[in-house]
Amino acid sequence: MPVEPSATAGAGKTASSRTMISVDRVTKSFGSGNHLVTALDDVSVKIRENEFFTLLGPSGCGKTTLLRLIAGFELPTSGQILLDGEEIGHLPPYKRPVNTVFQNYALFPHMTVAQNIGFGLEMQGKPKADVDKTVQKMLAMVRMEHLAGRRTDQLSGGQQQRVALARALAPHPKVLLLDEPLSALDLKLRKEMQIELKRLQSETGITFVFVTHDQEEALTMSDRIAVMDTGHILQVGDPKEIYDRPARRFVADFIGDINILNAEMTAVKGDVGEVKLASGATITARLSSASVQPGSVSIAIRPENVGLCGVEDAARTAIGTIENAVYFGSGTNTHIALDGGGTIVARNSGETGAPGERVGVILPDRHLQVLID
Amino acid sequence: MAEIADTALSDNRLADAKRLHEARATRTRRFLLSPAILTIGIVGLFPLTITMIYSVLSPGTYGGVTWELSGEAYIQFLFERDIFDDTLTFSGSYLQIYGRSIGLAFVTTIGALLIGFPTAYFIASKPREQRNLWLFLITLPFWTNLLIRTYAMLLIIRDEGIINLSLMGIGIVEQPVSILYTDTAVFMGLIYSYLPFMVLPLYASLEKLDFRLVEAAYDLYANRLQVLRRVIIPMAKPGIVAGCILVFIPGLGAYITPELLGGGKHLMIGNLIALQFGSSRNWPFGSAAALILMAVVMVALLVYIRNAGKEGARHG
Repeated sequence: MPVEPSATAGAGKTASSRTMISVDRVTKSFGSGNHLVTALDDVSVKIRENEFFTLLGPSGCGKTTLLRLIAGFELPTSGQILLDGEEIGHLPPYKRPVNTVFQNYALFPHMTVAQNIGFGLEMQGKPKADVDKTVQKMLAMVRMEHLAGRRTDQLSGGQQQRVALARALAPHPKVLLLDEPLSALDLKLRKEMQIELKRLQSETGITFVFVTHDQEEALTMSDRIAVMDTGHILQVGDPKEIYDRPARRFVADFIGDINILNAEMTAVKGDVGEVKLASGATITARLSSASVQPGSVSIAIRPENVGLCGVEDAARTAIGTIENAVYFGSGTNTHIALDGGGTIVARNSGETGAPGERVGVILPDRHLQVLID
Repeated sequence: MAEIADTALSDNRLADAKRLHEARATRTRRFLLSPAILTIGIVGLFPLTITMIYSVLSPGTYGGVTWELSGEAYIQFLFERDIFDDTLTFSGSYLQIYGRSIGLAFVTTIGALLIGFPTAYFIASKPREQRNLWLFLITLPFWTNLLIRTYAMLLIIRDEGIINLSLMGIGIVEQPVSILYTDTAVFMGLIYSYLPFMVLPLYASLEKLDFRLVEAAYDLYANRLQVLRRVIIPMAKPGIVAGCILVFIPGLGAYITPELLGGGKHLMIGNLIALQFGSSRNWPFGSAAALILMAVVMVALLVYIRNAGKEGARHG
């Protein structure tokens, strides 16, 4: 179906709760025998209709494999992939109503911009008049009308990116897959394209599945994020949830800066735990899962949530000595060696002490999170 | 004032130095090109000139030429001269030989393309470490002389050869299938001889094919056949053209294969020319036949290049 921007103009809403893609216990292995590599290990995830969903993780975590499984370039070793309720896991790519924007765009060099954009529609057997009409619409949508007749190798990186987007959106797929599409662009262009992508997603109302290793990109653009590592999905949530309440040590470490302290959990009370720090202080921290048992744990807190005060201040949680203070423009990172072991970084915009000075450290309960390794 | 004069002077010097540098660069280029030019001159242009001169002379009684200008060789190509009254009647027998040779070279080229394309694609899709082994296997026949390979072919396809013996052994045929000394035998021999010339340029362009383009086409609803037709073949076009030229031209002038496998029953251009310098003792006619062959090839190539040029202009 050709894209009808007017008909979907009201699509700039939040994602509906209907499931568009359901990945159900999918495992993907490559090679055999001693060289067996498991790229995805028993992964399940549900992606909602009209959602900007991001697969985030370091290289080799399996995020691109998952994308290629949804596109149909790889077949799952076991498990099911459902698209809009139908099993598509074993269909070839050309039978799936899913299109991909490739990392290096993969534009056809022997065709013009317009021919590239019209290719999918043409292969679907649409009448020429419809193809031309949709191509014109797509060209307008990515503001490339003036370059319709150009060969793709005569375009800049940003222009190629727009053509790749228009080509993948032209057949109006149910899902658009984007494989690190912005990684080849310079910083300024990347920021522009991030906004452009969000605009296109809300204009077309198509579900976007976006793969990236850039946590900042993921946090700014996504409705929801799945953080992946070594073939597993570790946590799924909206950006705020992922940032503020990381469930696992890897997620906490991978996204933003964070302090991780070793501590001893003495008791579990509902969704919080009573934790004894190395300094001797007892605090309460949120639990991400009920399965956490008392014993030695890691607790996490973002540097911007660590408060500083006087040594004698009653609000202090711990006391330490300032090791150094690093000024970075909008604020200062103060590195503090805690009494009883461990270091912590506090980030604030105000005055901070000089190295060697003794300070009190405040760790507010609501920002402390117990991590699963 | 003095400063300005200095500047003018140094500008002049700069221009002089540039000229000197360019002259030197040109001399270097010419020097480096000289071996190639000498080789082309000695082994290409010089024999070609002799051929041209011979084609307009008269045949000597025991071979060779007599230095008497004559256009007889070219007339003989199209006409038959009556022995008694010297009247010319049109004769298409030489044209027929050319026609058959062109047809056979064409069929060989198509056959080599149909076999060579999947082969080249197969090699190009192998992991990089394995490709060299496959390429080595493709070029392996070149290690043996063409004559010997053609004799081997002869032994395989003759009535008592492996093919016929095994066919009769299984009981598919009662009598041996006669392949040897037919056009089929020549066709098989030519494909076998020239297949590497097709596979290598095809491989060179398929190896550069970005497989992500194939994935992109699959993703955009193109099935296997459409991917082949719309993406792989257009991208491999330079290799297809090069391979076809490399097979068609030597196929057109092939001598050993039609001689041995065709049994000399149907003359091919190569055999016709060889015959003129051998038992027919008509060197001028042999020279003319060779030049006509060259002209046919050159015209075909020029037509192709002009068309390709137009297409390039359309795309650009």
